[in-house]
Amino acid sequence: MKRFAQLLELLALTPSRTRKLAALKQYFREVPDPDRGFALAVLTGALTFRNVKPALLKDIVLREVDPTLFAMSYDYVGDLGETIALIWPHHGQEGELPSLTDLIELFNTTSKSDLPRLIASLLTRAGINERWAVVKLATGALRIGVSARLAKTALSEMSGVDVQEIEEVWHGLKVPYLDLFAWLDGKAPRPDIDQSSRFHPLMLSNPIDEEKDLSKLDPRDFSAEWKWDGIRVQLVLGGGTVSLFSRTGDDIANSFPDIVENVHGRAVLDGELLVGKDFEARSFNDLQQRLNKKVASAKHLKDSPAFIRVYDMLFDGREDIRTLSWTERRQRLEQWFAANPQTRMDVSEILPFNDWEDLAQQRRQGADEHGHEGVMLKLRSSPYVPGRPKGYWFKWKRDPNVVDAVLMYAQRGHGKRSSFYSDYTFGVWKGNEIVPIGKAYFGFTDEELKQLDKWIRANTLQAFGPVREVRKELVFEVAFDSAQESTRHKSGVALRFPRISRIRWDKPASEAATLEDMAVFIGAT
Amino acid sequence: MPQPILDRDLHIRAIDAFIDPPVPRERAIITHGHADHARSGHGAVLATPDTIAIMKVRYGEDCAGRFQALPFGEPLQIDDVTITFFPAGHVLGSAQVLIEQGGQRVVVTGDYKRLADRTAQPYELVPCDLLVTEATFGLPVFQHPHPQIEIGRLLKSIADQPERCHMVGCYALGKAQRVIGLLRDAGWDQPIYLHGAMIRLCELYQELGVDLGELIPATGMPKAAMAGQIVIAPPSAIRDRWSRRFPDPVVSQASGWMSVKQRARQALVELPLVISDHCDWGELQRTIHDTGAKTVWVTHGREDALVYWCRTQGLEAEPLNIQGFEDDGGEGTEE
Repeated sequence: MKRFAQLLELLALTPSRTRKLAALKQYFREVPDPDRGFALAVLTGALTFRNVKPALLKDIVLREVDPTLFAMSYDYVGDLGETIALIWPHHGQEGELPSLTDLIELFNTTSKSDLPRLIASLLTRAGINERWAVVKLATGALRIGVSARLAKTALSEMSGVDVQEIEEVWHGLKVPYLDLFAWLDGKAPRPDIDQSSRFHPLMLSNPIDEEKDLSKLDPRDFSAEWKWDGIRVQLVLGGGTVSLFSRTGDDIANSFPDIVENVHGRAVLDGELLVGKDFEARSFNDLQQRLNKKVASAKHLKDSPAFIRVYDMLFDGREDIRTLSWTERRQRLEQWFAANPQTRMDVSEILPFNDWEDLAQQRRQGADEHGHEGVMLKLRSSPYVPGRPKGYWFKWKRDPNVVDAVLMYAQRGHGKRSSFYSDYTFGVWKGNEIVPIGKAYFGFTDEELKQLDKWIRANTLQAFGPVREVRKELVFEVAFDSAQESTRHKSGVALRFPRISRIRWDKPASEAATLEDMAVFIGAT
Repeated sequence: MPQPILDRDLHIRAIDAFIDPPVPRERAIITHGHADHARSGHGAVLATPDTIAIMKVRYGEDCAGRFQALPFGEPLQIDDVTITFFPAGHVLGSAQVLIEQGGQRVVVTGDYKRLADRTAQPYELVPCDLLVTEATFGLPVFQHPHPQIEIGRLLKSIADQPERCHMVGCYALGKAQRVIGLLRDAGWDQPIYLHGAMIRLCELYQELGVDLGELIPATGMPKAAMAGQIVIAPPSAIRDRWSRRFPDPVVSQASGWMSVKQRARQALVELPLVISDHCDWGELQRTIHDTGAKTVWVTHGREDALVYWCRTQGLEAEPLNIQGFEDDGGEGTEE
């Protein structure tokens, strides 16, 4: 465990990517199986424990520490795991902790009732750094600036195997990755993964820059579709088995039994999960209700049935068609649908257009009349490439709505921003008072964040724990994708995807928007 | 308790003097030389001889109308008020102020620590009725490790990466000299290199009898000669262009704030050293008990938590929100 704790600390504190990679390579080279495999699982977020959760850790600490002092400390530190590691009041004789493998085994096999005692004893025996590592491991939130991609890059550099090849087998592998390391060490062939029955990393799009990109692109080379406002999913149909993955590869089948039980065939499909009856997509808000539930309720299944609007195909039956062009894949997709009629899936329609001006016109109309988020452009000749390759797929979002709102409250951020007031609640006028319409925590530069932080400290009216109420004097231009009626906010309005587009240091609060101004946005969606 | 002889803005009514006032005052009692306690422009300053020497080096000979030096342990009688300084163990010359009047004993700690430090006069416990304590590290997450453990980590890092230069960010008054002293105690007998901002105060410490060994200005040294060496610089300089003249520097910082890894990351500190010149949570609690004070006023730091804790102990406690002191963040505060 000591070695792993050292690795975590070094990764957390070394800003240099090169040095992080060097540390990872050295660790994977020197540490034996299965410890290194478990470490890889921790770093890539592939490990979860059934009974060891942040809430359990917090309970254990609150048996030893006054809850008020804990809350004040957490507010100051801004990271639950780190707060627990720092505040633990007992320091026994520093003993040898179990190895990473044994520790994970203990977390998995210890009964729920014995876990508090086990964890308390580990925390007491550990030195400060190991305590931090144990807590990080147990809470699962590492926050050390290492992505799964960086870990895989280290494996690639260590072995000389291309990182794309590692990605290809990744989702079929099991912790602690013995076959992967054997392959990378040159001691075994590439792991044999059934390619048609697992998650495949998705192909993503780049935002289009209207001024720079469009003039260079030939409209005849591209196909256009609506950009659907749901969640991106991958449906893996194994002819009898069904898996439904989110864009990050999480299995979300449990939340959508209405889809899983009603799809047929053998293929790997890429599409958008939406809710609505008769393939009439409803707002993201309605979908959100279902996403929040681990298990779908009968009411949801009846009132908000889910369906998938499919726009691409990765495997046709067992055949990997990702190297074919978009045009060929689209043809295969349509043929497959003809042969496998579906009740919970349809195919995303193609939007015919003559030139960019024509498409821009359709895009505006779609936004105004149907609330469409924008259009997707896909190069007809493009293969299906995981990641975000340049030049193949573009998203052309509609222009955002903007409103001038007044800053009301600021809250300290977490993690990297824990010393800054970086989360902002803003509102608009309702008669003589300002009522909140939303909250945003990005859309500004680090330099602006510093200025805002300073302004907030100088203009605080009252502090409630981590929240400060400020003078209602600073105006933000807030951009958002859509507005909806809401019972949660006092204003009765909720914004979708709000972000600060400009800080209007120049604008007096009296000129900010009113609640009446918001009505037009609600009408539009 | 009866009406305190000290007001909540640290004003001693009977003699019209303020302790560590944030704005210029006719009569000021200064606990130590850090900028959030010692400011220039007061009429008359009462302080220890070391603190007066430090103020003159930092702000100039004429930074106050006049100075009166009061050595540790010597009571000064002004009308019916007696003022006595006791060592606070924070930096060289740092003092706690004991105020006595009509049988009432009030102690203002200034900044203090209880751990031995050979660059500051050792802390002395002063029993009192009302204790005005700082709370820079007044949260239970602050449990400072022994400083020699931290120095050991620095020396190990140097041994592991002899090709790199280690730059330790330290505040110029107190922390720099303490870290140098700790390095000497740990057996580091090579020259230690200084950023220009460190030089005058290190010289002053040596003139006042604190042995720091051989110190050399870092500016102007050939790059190659600095591999494996230690440079002491202000925290702002180690991440600035100034540091580019050194070979692949390891950015380190010595401060009590460094226990929070997320803060260290935020400050781009690769090797955080948890070395503090303030009490940690346990020492604050112990001191409050040891003084026997029945009333505690808390200032300079995380007042809320310490006030809350005092009340759970049945003590009267309240925060002092002294104007001009930023309650939050702390990284900018000297310590």
